[in-house]
Amino acid sequence: MKQFLLDGQPVPFEDGQSILEAARQAGHYIPSLCWHQDFPAHGSCKLCIVKAAGRHVSACATPAKEGWEVESDTPEMNGERRALLQMLFVEGNHFCPSCEKSGNCELQALGYEYEMLTSRFRHFFPDRPVDASHPDVLLDFNRCIFCELCVRASRDVDGKAVFALTGRGINKHLVVNAESGRLGDTDFSKDDLAARICPVGVILPKGRGFAVPIGERTYDGQSIREQKLKEEES
Amino acid sequence: MSTAPTSAPARKLRVATTSLAGCFGCHMSFLDIDEHLFELVELVEFDRSPLTDIKEVGPCDIGLIEGGVCNAENVHVLRAFRRQCKTLIALGACAVNGGLPAQRNHLSLSECLREVYQFRPGIENGQIPNDPELPLPLDKVRPIHEVVRIDYFLPGCPPSGPAIWKFLTDLIAGRTPRLSGGLLHYD
Ligand code: SF4
Ligand code: SF4
Ligand code: FES
Repeated sequence: MKQFLLDGQPVPFEDGQSILEAARQAGHYIPSLCWHQDFPAHGSCKLCIVKAAGRHVSACATPAKEGWEVESDTPEMNGERRALLQMLFVEGNHFCPSCEKSGNCELQALGYEYEMLTSRFRHFFPDRPVDASHPDVLLDFNRCIFCELCVRASRDVDGKAVFALTGRGINKHLVVNAESGRLGDTDFSKDDLAARICPVGVILPKGRGFAVPIGERTYDGQSIREQKLKEEES
Repeated sequence: MSTAPTSAPARKLRVATTSLAGCFGCHMSFLDIDEHLFELVELVEFDRSPLTDIKEVGPCDIGLIEGGVCNAENVHVLRAFRRQCKTLIALGACAVNGGLPAQRNHLSLSECLREVYQFRPGIENGQIPNDPELPLPLDKVRPIHEVVRIDYFLPGCPPSGPAIWKFLTDLIAGRTPRLSGGLLHYD
């Protein structure tokens, strides 16, 4: 079987497999945020950044190549990941203590994994009003990282195309496909895949609140590294 | 004082603490180090702090800042701490990223003040306070690293007693403080 070297360790792969998929399958962790095993790679968050043959590439979107030497879990790459996380944090409004996703949030868990102690940059403090128009689901746009997982899930699996990203650069934002722009005016349902795919705290079920106590949430007792590798095994 | 651990520095480290736009929760959590407080007072002495009632910060080794910056007085106090403290630490979510007070940042300041002092249900002929003694609010609440240089950050709302103790013992022993083993939390 073909293989490449990940931080000096041989990783077997099949033709067409991305560096990230092959690594995870072989029990090595490369972080991700916008990647999901059921969808084609999106390549937007760049958390999966690795150095392959001396170049920076997104591991989720780059097919593995025979004999490549890939650097991932190094101080240099992890430092860049931390900087990316810091940019994601200042771009939105992430006030974890009041977020129902806290403890189950992938962005937050990656902050812990890469020991992000400060968001370092100047906070944007953008104005992003919430949408509470739907009877079962709340949208808190303050925390959106534009991974497009909800867009993809709603369009490709639920067959509804409820969400879309619009605007560019600093003006990029998530919108709801309804004339009013409100979720309550779409056929969105709490049973949609898009209702449970958000890796952060934007798309939240109503009437649930802080249901799981601190100490028992997904990332209280385990790191996101451990959790993702466990997921891969099962 | 003969019970001081042998690792105690010859001179006690001088520590100042303050709460800017915070809720004193971080200070309460600091007190949650419980019996470690006895060890701590062998190693440090307090300068300006709610624990001492000293009003102006003097030359210190360590300064702990709780809360972000929401008014002009916060800026003065923070700058005085930066001038006087060799090592300045952002203690807790509000100091690190603005926290709860920064949730007003997407509103204009005058909107906020009018809402609270004039239009709140039950208020008649409400006036926005303008006593010159009151510090002027800033248009936005800022994390403290956006105002002065900060040496270390200790997130958490509040950081737990064990996290604060780990952090301080690392620092006092001359190690780079590191929050490992579940001590790092943003909530
Ligand atoms: S989405 Fe995640 S990082 Fe953002 S506030 Fe919620 S828990 Fe914190
Ligand atoms: S709402 Fe969630 S899933 Fe959708 S783009 Fe934003 S972060 Fe991604
Ligand atoms: S996981 Fe590869 S770019 Fe987001």
